[in-house]
Amino acid sequence: MAIDIGQFVQTFFEESLEGLDIMEAGLLALPPGAADLEQINTIFRAAHSIKGGSGTFGFKEVTDFTHVMETLLDKMREGQMAVTGEAVNNLLESVDCLREMLMAVRQNTDIDSARVGNLQGRLTRLLERNNTTSRTADATGNRGSTAPQPPPPPGGWLINFRPHLDLMHSGNDPVRIFRELATLGDLTVRPDFSRLPRLAEMQPEDCYLAWELELRGAASQEVVTEVFAWVEDDCDLSIEPLADTVAPPPAGATAAEEPGQGELLLERRGGDRRKSDRRGAGTAADSASIRVGIDKVDAVINLVGELVTTQSMLSALGVDFDMDRIDKLHEALDQLDRNTRDLQEHVMRIRMLPISSVFSRFPRMVHDISEKLGKLVELKISGEQTEIDKTVIEKIGDPLVHLVRNSLDHGIEPPAERGGKPATGVITLNAYHKSGSIFIEVGDDGRGLDRDALRRKGLDAGLLRPGEEYSDEQIHELIFHPGLSTAKQISDVSGRGVGMDVVRRNIQDVGGRIQIASQSGWGSKITICLPLTLAILDGQLVSVGHDCYIIPLLSIVESVQIRAEAINRVAGKGEVLRFRGQHLPILRLYEQFGAENAVTNLENGLLVVVEADGRQVGLFVDDLQGQQQISIKSLEKNFRRVAGVAGATILGDGRVGLILDISGLIRVNNAAT
Amino acid sequence: MATKTTDLATLSTHLKREVTATAEGLQYLTFILAGESYGIDILKVQEIRGWVAVTKVPNAPSFVRGVMNLRGAIVPVIDLRLRFGLESVEYTKTTVVIVVTVRSEQGGRIVGMVVDGVSDVLNINNASEIKDPPDFGTAVNTEFISGLVTIEAGMVMLLDVDRLLSIEEMFAVEAVRTADALHATA
Repeated sequence: MAIDIGQFVQTFFEESLEGLDIMEAGLLALPPGAADLEQINTIFRAAHSIKGGSGTFGFKEVTDFTHVMETLLDKMREGQMAVTGEAVNNLLESVDCLREMLMAVRQNTDIDSARVGNLQGRLTRLLERNNTTSRTADATGNRGSTAPQPPPPPGGWLINFRPHLDLMHSGNDPVRIFRELATLGDLTVRPDFSRLPRLAEMQPEDCYLAWELELRGAASQEVVTEVFAWVEDDCDLSIEPLADTVAPPPAGATAAEEPGQGELLLERRGGDRRKSDRRGAGTAADSASIRVGIDKVDAVINLVGELVTTQSMLSALGVDFDMDRIDKLHEALDQLDRNTRDLQEHVMRIRMLPISSVFSRFPRMVHDISEKLGKLVELKISGEQTEIDKTVIEKIGDPLVHLVRNSLDHGIEPPAERGGKPATGVITLNAYHKSGSIFIEVGDDGRGLDRDALRRKGLDAGLLRPGEEYSDEQIHELIFHPGLSTAKQISDVSGRGVGMDVVRRNIQDVGGRIQIASQSGWGSKITICLPLTLAILDGQLVSVGHDCYIIPLLSIVESVQIRAEAINRVAGKGEVLRFRGQHLPILRLYEQFGAENAVTNLENGLLVVVEADGRQVGLFVDDLQGQQQISIKSLEKNFRRVAGVAGATILGDGRVGLILDISGLIRVNNAAT
Repeated sequence: MATKTTDLATLSTHLKREVTATAEGLQYLTFILAGESYGIDILKVQEIRGWVAVTKVPNAPSFVRGVMNLRGAIVPVIDLRLRFGLESVEYTKTTVVIVVTVRSEQGGRIVGMVVDGVSDVLNINNASEIKDPPDFGTAVNTEFISGLVTIEAGMVMLLDVDRLLSIEEMFAVEAVRTADALHATA
């Protein structure tokens, strides 16, 4: 084969994994009992492409396994088999198994053949049970049910290959199949011209011929079947052991051997090809890729066109510039500014994926876990088309799984305990954009947080002071506390909070915030707020002495001027500002960072109120500077982590600016007081 | 010490030519610090730049002058005088930053070091010309000096850049110094 198909292996894996997702979604949407043809067809098509692809690349295990699945689905599609819960569950398990197989092949590790065999056996048994009841057992069904392959007969195989007229429309070519067969043994091809129409009626693209093939050799039936893997839906095919006395060829087709058999035998290298493909797949597995809608790429190309125009405008201006044309220069620079911003926005958009890629795993999870727990749960998903940066998507998956599992496990009650509420619990997943951030909500209508139990635990752990009043938020906040949430008792008592600290840390790592609202008996809602993208954020520049720092705009609540009479000094606890009915700790940045020549009188500077982890702190700075979109650069790469600094960026004038780590600063401040 | 301070641009071209010309033999970039001559392995040197203002890093040891923008990468700048515990001086026109690549546990790091001025490229054809640093006892810290070479104009101390500019070690040193200082005042 002249084309190196190794380069397509990666595409095959991606498409197959997508296909599996489609199958999974389809299976879950399949109502038991009623055969929804459209759904089954979708599932069938996905399975079929995986089989076809794996056949091409020689992933035999995958091909065989998918084949049995496909046969089962085909029966369902034809209405010869009922869509039972058992069948659906088996198929779902097969989807998982197939996913693992693909992963194993991709990483060049061994396939868990015990599990595969077991599942394949179960599917086969399902089929067989069905076959005994169904009247017609066609050739496809038979082949599917012969999972333990009989040993190859000594003689070989008699293959009756009768393609449908449209075989060649799908790009298949019988000669290729014959070539492949010829590599397996001694092949005799006898064409059957009986379907050939008159020349005037003949469509050049149709396949009118049929063939009877005699393959002498030790090839197993499996191997022979595999050769036909691509075409088996476009033909009538029967493969039978070759009796020693061959049946006489049909009349009208005297033993006219294909003239080019000598040529065919030259290409005996099919088997080697597969090995090298598989190696190629292993090395290519690491490079991640992303699918982008063509409209997004077109938009970028358009913008680049505009940018080029602006550039040529500027260089034309620069050739013989005089001050009379300063207006033109300003105009062109404005345009350049606009172009750059647009381009940046659109390039960022290329990395944006709909959050459905995260949400899509939940229907299956809810289905499985609720069944296991004996709960009735309905999952409502909305806003799955909300787009979010690829890097954020990768990080948000696990925390969300954790939250949904928590809702299932601890939130939703078993049907008997749901009191006045409907027996079926509801878990909602919602995503939306609001003011430059992405909000993801995980809600349930379960039992909610047990405020009193949490309060008790908080008191026991010394996190709360006895006798003081706490708001609901402050109490709920406790579930994120590592000491509390990982303790086993708390999940028994309050029914919540395993590893919530980990969830919060993950969210914070991507610059997000997490909040919980809960009403005892009526459920909880957890809201995650994430930046649109990790790479670029809006920053507020502040000056402290000679230095300049950047505060992420997302963390800023407001900036205020301080009046001296509003400041209280609490012994041993630093300064607090009476502010909107609460006491706001003041953190003097110049002290924290040892800045020189900074404003030290609180009345002469500004207080930037920032929020992280549900706590607020006032950062005392000299003054506010401009706002700027900043791209985050690593400080650790060439240097090291610096307390209170989240990263660095290049400012407009080319200098380095340090980005403040707000939650880190708040932690330091809490530790100090 | 009669060490000439060559013009930066000519030195750079000089550097390139020399590096490609002699494959065998060792080459060191020599520079001046408080009147002494030091040399570092030329293969470590990425570029030489004039001093520009850097951004201060909070709570860093005094010899970390700050971080600078090296074509989009954030690179720390170390004042070598302060690193050696020498008194600091006003930066002048000849003050330069030698940008070097340092091996660390996390892979290659790029670090800039401020020196009084670069002087020349030193060719050493025979490794036996490099002598072990003498043991000064505890009075002088010789841990960063990998060897000594005698040239016409005097002596060049060859530095082990990987150790000298190891960020971890620098912070460890600073921690000890601060602890000592606290101890002294207490």
